[in-house]
Amino acid sequence: MFVRNTSPLLGKTWTRLSFAMLFCMFASATRLLAQESPYIVTYDHYLEEPGSLEVEYFSTFGTQRGGNDFHAFWTEFEYGVTAWWTTEIYLSGQTTFDDSTIFTGSRWENRFRLLQREHFVNPVVYIEFENTNGADKILKEVEGHDVESNYAVPNGILRKEHDHELEMKLLLSSTFQGWNVAVNPIVTKNLLPSEPWEFAYAIGASRPIGLKALPRSCSFCGENFIAGVEMYGGLGDTVSPGLHETSHYLAPAVAWNLPSDWTFRLSSGFGLNDNSHRLLLRWGVSREFPAFGEMISRLFGGRP
Amino acid sequence: MRQQFRFLQVLSHAGSRPRMDLLKCVLIGTVAIGLIRGNLSTAAAQESGAHGARGRSSYAALALAPEKARTKKNPFEGDPDAVLAGAKLYEQHCAECHGRKAGGTRHGVSLLRDEVQQATPGTLFWILTNGVVRRGMPVWSKLPDPQRWQLVTFLQSLNVRPSSPPMPEPPSSSAPAKNGSGEKYARHPVP
Repeated sequence: MFVRNTSPLLGKTWTRLSFAMLFCMFASATRLLAQESPYIVTYDHYLEEPGSLEVEYFSTFGTQRGGNDFHAFWTEFEYGVTAWWTTEIYLSGQTTFDDSTIFTGSRWENRFRLLQREHFVNPVVYIEFENTNGADKILKEVEGHDVESNYAVPNGILRKEHDHELEMKLLLSSTFQGWNVAVNPIVTKNLLPSEPWEFAYAIGASRPIGLKALPRSCSFCGENFIAGVEMYGGLGDTVSPGLHETSHYLAPAVAWNLPSDWTFRLSSGFGLNDNSHRLLLRWGVSREFPAFGEMISRLFGGRP
Repeated sequence: MRQQFRFLQVLSHAGSRPRMDLLKCVLIGTVAIGLIRGNLSTAAAQESGAHGARGRSSYAALALAPEKARTKKNPFEGDPDAVLAGAKLYEQHCAECHGRKAGGTRHGVSLLRDEVQQATPGTLFWILTNGVVRRGMPVWSKLPDPQRWQLVTFLQSLNVRPSSPPMPEPPSSSAPAKNGSGEKYARHPVP
C-alpha cells in the first residue's frame, strides 16, 4: 500500500541538484534586496523584475484529523520576461508521516500586467496549468469543495489520481500609504469535461513595519519586515456553488527581506471551520538572481 | 475560444497520454522560446545603448507626469540622512539596471542626464511610482512613499552636468561611486 522512493539514482540526482542550487545561491555576488510581500497564497500586482530569476522554496506543515500529519514542499522558479509578464514553474512533493514521500507534480504559471501605470486598483491576469496527482498537499490555493478529509487518504491511493487543471485568477491589488490590499478571485477547471468549474478566493493585507529607510545597512530594522494577514478558501463549484462543504483559513504572515539578498517568510494558517485543517504552518526562503536572462541570452549568442 | 477549449478537452480525455505529452512539449517549448526571445529582443532593443532611441523614449516618459504630480514637494528635501538612505535604496533596487554610478547600462538609462537632473522631485517620484513598463522599467510603488522620496532626494543629490553623455558601465563594477567627470560624488558619497 505504501509507496517509498527507493531509487538511489533519483536520490543522488536530487542531492546534486540541491547542492548545485545552494552553491549558485551563495556564489552570486550581485547585490539586490528583494522587497517581497509576506503572502504565500495571495498575490499582489507586483511582478518579477525583467531578466531576474527568483528561486523560492516553501514548506507547509499541516495537521490532519482522521489521518497522518504531512509536510508538503515546493520549489518555484520565477522569471521576469518583461516588466508586464512573469512566468513561473513549480515542482512539488510531500511527506505524509508514517506513510511516504512522493513527488506530486508541476505547475506552470504566467502573470500578465494589464495596465501600464499604477492605478488605485491594479489588475493582473494569472493563468496556470497544473499537472499534479491526487497526493498534492501544498494547498497553494483551496478551491471548490476542498476539505480536510480529502487529504486523509494514504499516498498510495491518492497518487494514482492525475489532475490536469487550468487555473485562472484576477489579481486585484492596491497600495496606499504603505498598505497593500490584494483580492484574488479564482476559477479552476479540471480539463476532464465531466469535472465542474471550481471557485475560490484569496485576500490579503500587508504593510512594512518601517516606512522610512534608515541611512545605514541593517538586518533587523523595520523597513526589512513586512507583516500581513491573508484569508483564503473555497466557494464551491458550478454544480453546487456556495460555502457549504468548503474550508477557509486565516493566516497572519511576515516576510523578512535581508540585505544579503535572502527573503524569509513565515505564515501560520488557522482553519476557520470544521472542514479545514486545524493548522497550516508555512515557511519559505527565496533568493533573487538579477540579470539571469542576460546570462542565458549570452549562451544563445546575445551580446555580452 | 470555444474551439480552443474543445481542443483542451480532447487533449485531456482519458487514454490520450501521447497527446498530453505533446501538450507538455508545446508548453515547455513556449516557455523556452519566450525566455530566449524576451531577452534577445530586449538586447536588440537596447543595442543602441542607454542613450539611443530607447533612451530618448524613456526620458520622454518624464513629460507624461501630470501637473499635480510634478508640483509635489519632496518632504525630505535637503535632508542629508535621506540622501544616505536613498543611496542605500538605489544600490539595492536601481543600480542593477542604471549602473552603480547612475551612468546607465544596456538595461537602464543614465540618471545623470539633464532630462533627469532637471526634472522636478514630483516628476521623479511619479516615474518611480508608475515605472515605464513598456520600456522595461517596473513600477516601484511597492516601496513605501517615504522610501521613494528618499530615492528622489538621492537622485537629485547627483546634480552633476557632464559635458558629454556618460558612457554606460557594467553593473557589476565594485569601484567607489563617482560622477560623470570621474570624481567622487561631490555632495554625498554613496556609503
